Amino acid sequence: MNWLTNFVRPKIRALYAKKDVPDNLWLKCPNCEAMLFHRDLEENLRVCQHCGFHMRIDPVRRMQMLFDGGEYQTIELPKAPPDPLRFRDQKRYADRLKEAQSKTGRPDAILVAHGRMDGMPVVVAAFDFGFMGGSMGIAVGEGLVAAARLAVLQDAPLVVVPASGGARMQEGILSLMQMPRTVIAVEMVKEAGLPYVVVLTDPTTGGVTASFAMLGDVHIAERGAQIGFAGARVIEDTIRETLPEGFQRAEYLMEHGMVDMVVHRKDLRRTLSKLLDLLRRPAPVAEVVAMPIAVAEVEAEAVPPPAAAASKDGREPAGEPAER
Amino acid sequence: MQTFLEFEKPIAELEGKIEELRHLTDQGDINIADEVGKLQSKVDRLLRQTYAKLSPWQKVQVARHPNRPHCLDYVEALIEDFMPLAGDRAFAEDRAVVGGIGRFRGRTVMVIGQEKGHDTESRVRHNFGMAKPEGYRKAIRLMEMADRFGLPVLSLVDTAGAYPGVASEERGQAEAIARSIETCLRLKVPMVAAVIGEGGSGGAIAIAASDRVLMLEHAVYSVISPEGCASILWRSSANAADAAAALRLTAQDLKELGVIDRIVAEPVGGAHRNRSEIFASLGDALEDSLDGLRGLDGAALRARRRDKFLDMGQKGLS
Ligand SMILES: [Zn+2]
Repeated sequence: MNWLTNFVRPKIRALYAKKDVPDNLWLKCPNCEAMLFHRDLEENLRVCQHCGFHMRIDPVRRMQMLFDGGEYQTIELPKAPPDPLRFRDQKRYADRLKEAQSKTGRPDAILVAHGRMDGMPVVVAAFDFGFMGGSMGIAVGEGLVAAARLAVLQDAPLVVVPASGGARMQEGILSLMQMPRTVIAVEMVKEAGLPYVVVLTDPTTGGVTASFAMLGDVHIAERGAQIGFAGARVIEDTIRETLPEGFQRAEYLMEHGMVDMVVHRKDLRRTLSKLLDLLRRPAPVAEVVAMPIAVAEVEAEAVPPPAAAASKDGREPAGEPAER
Repeated sequence: MQTFLEFEKPIAELEGKIEELRHLTDQGDINIADEVGKLQSKVDRLLRQTYAKLSPWQKVQVARHPNRPHCLDYVEALIEDFMPLAGDRAFAEDRAVVGGIGRFRGRTVMVIGQEKGHDTESRVRHNFGMAKPEGYRKAIRLMEMADRFGLPVLSLVDTAGAYPGVASEERGQAEAIARSIETCLRLKVPMVAAVIGEGGSGGAIAIAASDRVLMLEHAVYSVISPEGCASILWRSSANAADAAAALRLTAQDLKELGVIDRIVAEPVGGAHRNRSEIFASLGDALEDSLDGLRGLDGAALRARRRDKFLDMGQKGLS
C-alpha cells in the first residue's frame, strides 16, 4: 500500500539502521586486512589495533569521545529548504535525501552539540560522512552558522570536525554559496575572541577544505586522513602521471605547512583540551586577586591625594587605616 | 577567424553565403547588394531566435567561446592608465590571475580577474585561466592593498576552476581559496564582481564574495562543471547537457535564486559578436553598481555583505 511504503517503511528502516551491530561481529581492517572483533574495535575508537588505521566514525560517536563523560547536548538546526533546485539526475535528489535521512536518522550531514571538555564549555560541530558523503549543502551551512552563533552566545570555543567530500552538487550554486557562508561563521567566532579549531578527519576535500576547514586558529589532523582540494583522480587526469606516495594524507599536509599536528585518535580529546585550556586561560587567575590592593597601597604612599588610593571598582581601599 | 558553435551551423551557412556574394560584388553586379541585405536580415533574425532560447548546455558553450572577450579585453576597454601588478610576494607570479590599479570612469579602482588567453601562446601563459594558490594569494594581496587605499575592487570572473595539480595541493590550494573568500568578505571598500564567462566553482567564488555580483546574459556559474557532475551522477560525461540543465547554472536561474544581483544583456548572438557593445554595457553596469554602494562606510559595507550571504539559499526556484 502506498501510505505504508511511503511513510512507514523509512521509519522502520531508520530503526534497523540505528540498531547496534551484533557484538560477535568481526570486521576486516581495510588497510592491513586483519580481522578485528567489533567490540574491541569500538573500544579502540575504531582504530585498528594492528596497524593504527583510523576508520571513519559517525558524529554521535565523535561527540561521545570528545565531551566529558560522553555527555553533551545537541541543538536543533534551523530548517533548510529541501531540494531548492528540484534536482534530478538518474534519481531525484529529494529521494536521495530521504534515503540518507532514514539511513542515518539525521536530517542532514552535520551534528552540532555543546558540552564540557575537562570542564570547559565547548561547541562541537561534527560531520556525518555516512550522509551523502558528508557533502555540504544549505543544511550543513546552516549548521555551521548555528554552531558559530552558539559558541559566541556561550562564550565557548568552536571545534569543527569535517568529514566531507565537498559541496553537495545537487544543491548547485547554493552549495557553492556555503563557502562564503561558513567563512562568515568562522569570522563571527574569531571576532568574539574565541578559539576556532578544526579537526581534519578522513576525508576532508573540495569546497569544505577551501572554506571553513582551512581557516582554523589551529589545524589538527587525524592520522592518515585524506585532506585536499581536488580529487586525486581529477589531478591524475590533469597531469597524467601517478601521484606521489602519501599524497593528500594528513602527514603530507603537515610536511607542507597546512596542519599544525597529526594526532592519533586516542590523543585527540587530550590534545584539544590542552590547547583550549592554554588559549582560554592565558594567565594564572587565582594568584592575581591580591595584587591590585598591594599596588594601591604603594600608590597611596607615593601619591598624597585620596582619589589615587581608591580602588577601581569604587570600593573603600582596604588596608589603609593609617590614612584616616 | 570566427568560430561557430555546433548549434550555430545554420547561421554559419548563411554567413558563408553572404561572404561569397560579397566577393561577387567586385565583379559589378548591382542586385547582389540587395541579396546580401536580405540574407543579413535573415541571419539577424536567426541569431535573435537562437540566442533568445539557448539551452543551459548551449550557454556553457557560449560562455567558453574562444572568441568571447576575456578579462584583459575588458580591462583594455574600460580601464584607463592601467598598471598591472604582479606576484604573491611568497612564491610566484601566477598569470591566470591578472590585476592592477587603473582609472574606471574617473575613479581609481583595483581590478582583479582571471584571464583565459585568446590564442595558444597566451592561453599557455595564463594557464587557461586556472589559478594556482599563488594566483589567489596575489588576489588577496591586491584586495588588501585596495582596502588600505580605499579603492573599490572590480573583479572579473572567468575560469573553469582552480588548477588541480600536485603543486597546487602542496602549496595549499584550499587554504588560498578560503583566505581569498575571507578577504573579500572583510573588505571595507566596495567590491563588485562580474561573471563574464565561466564561473567555475571554488576558483570563482574565491574572487566573487562581493557586495554585488553581476553576470553576463550567457555566462554560467556553477559548483561543478557539467561534465564533472555528469561523470559522477550519470557515470558518463556524455550526459553533460542533462547536468547543465539540472545544475541551474544560467544567469537567469541564479538571479531567481538570489545568488546574483543583476544580468547584463549581451549583444545579439553573444558578447563575441559585438565587443564594443558588451564593453559599454558591462562598463555601465559596473559603474551603476559602484554608484549604488557609494556613501556606505566600511563597517556598513561589511555588515551588508555578510547579511547578503547569510540570507542566501532561503529562496528556492518558483
Ligand atoms: Zn589494520
